[in-house]
Amino acid sequence: MSTSTDTNPAVPAQRAAGRPKADRTTRFGEGGGVLNVFSHGFLAVWALLIIFPLVWVVLGSFKTDAQINGSAWSWPASWGFDAFTRAWSKGIGGFFLNTLIVLAGSLTLTMLLGGMAAYVLARYEFKGNRAIYYLFVAGSMFPVYLALVPLFFMVRNLGEITPLLGLNSYLGLILVYVAYSLPFTVFFLYSFFRTLPTAVHEAAMLDGCSHTRAFFQIMVPMAKPGLVSVAIFNVLGQWNQYILPVTLMQPTTAGEADHSMLAQGLVNLALQSGYKSDAPALFAGMTIAMLPVLVVYLSFQRQVQAGLTSATLK
Amino acid sequence: MRHGKYPFIVGFLFLPIVLYVGLVLWPYAQTFGYSLTDWSGQSQEMNFVGLDNYAKLLDDEVFLGAIWHNLLLLILLPLVTILIALFFAFMLNVGGKGGTGGIQGVRGASFYKVVFFFPQVLSIAILAVLWGAVYRTDGAGLANGVLIKLGLADAAHPVQWLSDPDMVMWCVLAVLVWSGVGFYLVLFSAAMQGIPKDIYEAALLDGAKRGQTFLKITLPLLWETVQTAWVYLAIVAMDAFALVSSITPGAYFGGGPDHHSELISTYLMRSFLRNGEAGYACAMGVVIFFFTLILSVVSLWATKRDRIEY
Repeated sequence: MSTSTDTNPAVPAQRAAGRPKADRTTRFGEGGGVLNVFSHGFLAVWALLIIFPLVWVVLGSFKTDAQINGSAWSWPASWGFDAFTRAWSKGIGGFFLNTLIVLAGSLTLTMLLGGMAAYVLARYEFKGNRAIYYLFVAGSMFPVYLALVPLFFMVRNLGEITPLLGLNSYLGLILVYVAYSLPFTVFFLYSFFRTLPTAVHEAAMLDGCSHTRAFFQIMVPMAKPGLVSVAIFNVLGQWNQYILPVTLMQPTTAGEADHSMLAQGLVNLALQSGYKSDAPALFAGMTIAMLPVLVVYLSFQRQVQAGLTSATLK
Repeated sequence: MRHGKYPFIVGFLFLPIVLYVGLVLWPYAQTFGYSLTDWSGQSQEMNFVGLDNYAKLLDDEVFLGAIWHNLLLLILLPLVTILIALFFAFMLNVGGKGGTGGIQGVRGASFYKVVFFFPQVLSIAILAVLWGAVYRTDGAGLANGVLIKLGLADAAHPVQWLSDPDMVMWCVLAVLVWSGVGFYLVLFSAAMQGIPKDIYEAALLDGAKRGQTFLKITLPLLWETVQTAWVYLAIVAMDAFALVSSITPGAYFGGGPDHHSELISTYLMRSFLRNGEAGYACAMGVVIFFFTLILSVVSLWATKRDRIEY
């Protein structure tokens, strides 16, 4: 073990890393003392920049309106949950439910249709295969709002055929989400299906397995890591989607049910008078919206990070 | 083996293609058509006006300003985010004083990674409301509160942040960097972990310092990842709609004060949903299309390097 570590008692934890390498007297990064303090400081400041505003918002939901409008440094006088009840009654709960309904549908359909298309394109030779693949890839290059104006009218016209699909309908938004998630999903799963071994599939075919069954019972389980990565990517993407619901999920006539997504609803409430005189409820609403994400993120952070990065690195 | 292959292929491809062509490609194509008309969006009436909309765009001060703001974001956002993220990723992966093993991150690396990444999973709407509260123009806003506490701002004249025409774009940029760094940090970390440790150890034996290792080894080996990051950030910079439309002042999709934070996307949405100029809005969409196209070609060409195998 190196003895020179003793010169800097501030970093004892490095021994725990325990890489069983040969003894070494030179240290990597030696002579970077100033840099070390500086960079540690920078890391700590950045961490503070992230944690502090979030804690401040959570604290805000326990303050009174006067406190919030008075000073940024006020401390909550009581720890009641009134603001949370008020936020919930202003529709946050409904927005939450809307988002869950849409995400459940759109995620299932995206994975199913995207997986099917990617599999066929990756594993079957037929005329036009490459053309269809490039058609999908091209779509992931352009910003959504390029298509926004015609999309709005297309969805509205669909609604005139069947009210199930029109503006402000869950199913309409689900299909739009699916369509706009397809390019990336197909692109990613295509390369994933190509890396899987062919032998298992061939054996199953020789045993008389049908193509469909081979996909669902052999290929899907084998492709699970890739599917999970894309699913996480899609959940975050669709959860954060804002411009599509703003365009498509507005009540077309007065008195129609409000089917706003959570993101959209929260911004509307912040902009409208709904919270003008009730800042604690706005902060409580934000806390409510953040909490489930925080819990999911902290419990799955390894998979979320791995999934997101492998999805972009492919 | 061959029996049933084609029905199967058609069956699996039919629905995805119908959805994709119908809801994605067809609207894209229609945008081009509508951009040549004076369609208002409210009625079915429209007249073919040729390239009039495009000529009008060239004279539109607001639109030219919006392009300028988009360009500003397009250059600064990737640059700042990637630099900070690369620095952090290097610190967290190989920047530590590797006393026993040579190569490792600083203390608490995994804690930092979890914290830095968190803004990425927050919905853009939460970001918007959160930063709206931080950037309040009176002493009750967090940013002003901190500055006043530190004695850097006068309580009687707090900083105007988003209401200050000269500051608003910088405030927007700060939020985008704040939320983006964590993702690219994790992205670069994953790529750095793919670099074999032997290379670092060889450099170490040759007496390389940390700065040298970073410039001569890490950066060249990460180049492809940096390229990917650049393209993704450029897409974010071209959009930025959700954030700008909800935190900047201005009725209907923000862009204020007095168009000082106007982006092509916010102007497009206002022209379409508010001003009843759907044809004009489509012309903007087409401009964005060519913008993105040129951008991807140029960035791919400018950052082209030989692939390093390891």
